[in-house]
Amino acid sequence: MSDPVVAIVGAGPAGVRAAEALAQAGLRPIVFDEAQRAGGQIYRQPPPGAERPGEDLYGFEAGKAKSVHAVLSDLGERVVYRPRTLVWNVYEQRLDTLTDGGYGEQAFDRLVLATGAMDRVIPFPGWTLPGVFTLGGAQIALKAQGVSIGRRVAFVGAGPLLPLIAHQYAKAGAEVVAVLDVTPFSARARQAAGLLAQPATFAKGLYYTARNALRGGTRASGVRKLRVEGDGRVEALVWTGADGREHRVACDAVGASFGLRSESQLADLAGCRFAFDPVTRQWAPERTTAGRSSRPEVYLAGDGAGIGGADVAELQGRRAALAVLEDIGRAVDASEVARLDAALARQARFRDALEAAYPYPDHLVASIADDEILCRCEGVTAGALRDAVREKGATEVNRVKAFTRIGMGRCQGRVCGHAAAELVALERGCPVSEAGRLRGQPPVKPIPVAGGAA
Amino acid sequence: MSEKLAVDACVVGGGIAGCAAAVALRKAGMTVAVLDRGACGAGASGVNFGGVRQQGRNLHELPLARRSRRIWDTLAATLEQDLEFDVSGHIKLARSEADMAELEQYARDAREYGLELQMLGANRVRSEIPWLGDKVVGASLSPEDGQANPRVVGPAFARLARRLGAEVREHRRVTAARRTERGFAVEAGDLTVESAWLVNSAGVFGGTLASWFGEHAPVEPLMPNMLVTEPLPYFVSRSIGVCGGDVYLRQTGRGNVIFGGGRGWGDAEIARSRPLTDQSLGGMQRTLDLVPALTSAQVIRSWTGIDGQTPDRIPVIGHSSTTPQLVHAFGFSGHGFQLGPVMGEIIAELVTQGRTPTPIEPFAIERFAAEGFAAQTAELTHTEH
Repeated sequence: MSDPVVAIVGAGPAGVRAAEALAQAGLRPIVFDEAQRAGGQIYRQPPPGAERPGEDLYGFEAGKAKSVHAVLSDLGERVVYRPRTLVWNVYEQRLDTLTDGGYGEQAFDRLVLATGAMDRVIPFPGWTLPGVFTLGGAQIALKAQGVSIGRRVAFVGAGPLLPLIAHQYAKAGAEVVAVLDVTPFSARARQAAGLLAQPATFAKGLYYTARNALRGGTRASGVRKLRVEGDGRVEALVWTGADGREHRVACDAVGASFGLRSESQLADLAGCRFAFDPVTRQWAPERTTAGRSSRPEVYLAGDGAGIGGADVAELQGRRAALAVLEDIGRAVDASEVARLDAALARQARFRDALEAAYPYPDHLVASIADDEILCRCEGVTAGALRDAVREKGATEVNRVKAFTRIGMGRCQGRVCGHAAAELVALERGCPVSEAGRLRGQPPVKPIPVAGGAA
Repeated sequence: MSEKLAVDACVVGGGIAGCAAAVALRKAGMTVAVLDRGACGAGASGVNFGGVRQQGRNLHELPLARRSRRIWDTLAATLEQDLEFDVSGHIKLARSEADMAELEQYARDAREYGLELQMLGANRVRSEIPWLGDKVVGASLSPEDGQANPRVVGPAFARLARRLGAEVREHRRVTAARRTERGFAVEAGDLTVESAWLVNSAGVFGGTLASWFGEHAPVEPLMPNMLVTEPLPYFVSRSIGVCGGDVYLRQTGRGNVIFGGGRGWGDAEIARSRPLTDQSLGGMQRTLDLVPALTSAQVIRSWTGIDGQTPDRIPVIGHSSTTPQLVHAFGFSGHGFQLGPVMGEIIAELVTQGRTPTPIEPFAIERFAAEGFAAQTAELTHTEH
């Protein structure tokens, strides 16, 4: 009997560790990744020929990045690596792929989804102006292309990424004119004990915060309102502080996003059951500590099924691979399984504290004006959403989508879906868990009409 | 907690036909309840191609389509909803001389029903639609056909029905209906609706509902596979179909090009459907052959939905053959969107007057009971949705 085919989607920390464990067990997993080189978003690599020192790109994590980057090349022929390949659909036990513009397919017996995360976006006045990026987008510009999003840059956020990116930009020579956290500092102070469950990570956060403090520029917590001003491009960031006073800083670029969201579209198409997480206020595919989903042939690792960060993703990738091996009747090292499970439990406690330290800034959602663009792809305003709820009886996001086109454009709601659900909940006066979840449809990202057969 | 409603007419299936029927029945002074298993207008009524098309229909459907087309002219005002109704014309392309002969024959037949089609030769087609590939030898144009946004039509009918006083109950799946002394009892979970009249506009479940009253109507699920591109500069000035029906496309006001591609997968029982990749890729290739201008376009979404299809591809419309005061309107076989508005009026006429001036004999449910029923009319039917 031939070995079962195990496909892995994503070559970030979770995906490569899953591939490594499967290859070590003698299987030859197939790793699909959209990027040209392994590493995912967190350890994204510059294109060949544009390399720079790891310390510049990844700071404290340079060693981890180097280690993750090396996994697939070290495995050589023991894995099948398919870079530059978008997996745009899962149906039954088949993946639909797109490589360099050509269509292909891959049947599988087991599937490990390590699809990662992207920024969570909340619209604010001026958010669609050229020069406004997500924090993740600003990081990718720096890591992959070696460019800054501007000369005078302001960052706004709600999460541990904020001090990190400010540090990275300052180190790269950009003038960081403001670092604004929309969550109150008190929320972080309250969670200090839980954060100490992972002292190294906590210390890094303090380090970045302290470093930023030394470098000038404005820092603020508990920002209540913000807007970007400019005529055709970013010229200034204006915010209302915790003290209720309005502040302004001239800048030519803004990085802003509010936590992360899982890229869970493939899990959705694979038929995985989702659950609502009240802490992060988002839906994610259900998974066990071992990475098993509600579907017997589908496993979930990394940030694609709930945010845990890169270190957790590596552990989850390896653990999910061991689960695959267990389930196909291969021997696994029980002590390693126990060790991984214990480490993951420890990390989960830290994560809970971290999420509580950076609560979702719902005050920003509540202040979205009717004339604000909510769905950037289709150019639909928040007012259109409110009208669909109030006047047309829409009670959840799929109905809102049908009535207004919100979430129907190029991004298929990846950017606007969360804010749309929050706005529906506010308008209805119900918990966001009752505002629904956008149903996924293939393709998860745009595909060419003229792809032809690969 | 169980709830009881007593109304003159109970409509099972809140698609466009069902909700339009509720509107017309309320206007006739009857009390009405509408039950839908999901959200009104979210089934086949809401996820179809959006063609407001008469051309290419089975000839028996033309009297209905002609009457419905007149309603479409003022429908947005009636419903107080922008329907994105665009009288773009519908052009049906011939890719062979045989196709052209078929179109000419159809144009002669359609004229008998008052539908005027313009035959266009190859040069005329090329001058009108220069971006078409070189496979087209001619076409017929139906200037008064067009397109609309299907997602908003059914819900707008449901809202109007509500404003007029109908009880519109969504997420109420009907599990049983039976004849009682005074009329009907319809069970939908803990809700029971008692009514004098029962309207079966239950789409793919229409055959099942009919069977509860001893009638036979074979209805198969039909899942048209649909795709849409990102917004493109406006260039598809007409809604377009071809002989054989294997390519059809239109462009929305927003700029997205919507096109069809084969059949998807669906399970009506659990209300789940999925587009199928091979069908999508095939549709992309066929559409590209016809419209090379889409070479650099990107598909941003594909979808399907579940309609009910009969063996002869025309709906079941009319009084029940077994049960007084039961009216059927289902099995629109993937092309009911244009007909939806008129179905409300016709159902209301059947209920309040016992007859309709529009000829509906070909749609009688008895046709499936007849010995030796054959799907002889299917070949006359355009398969575009």
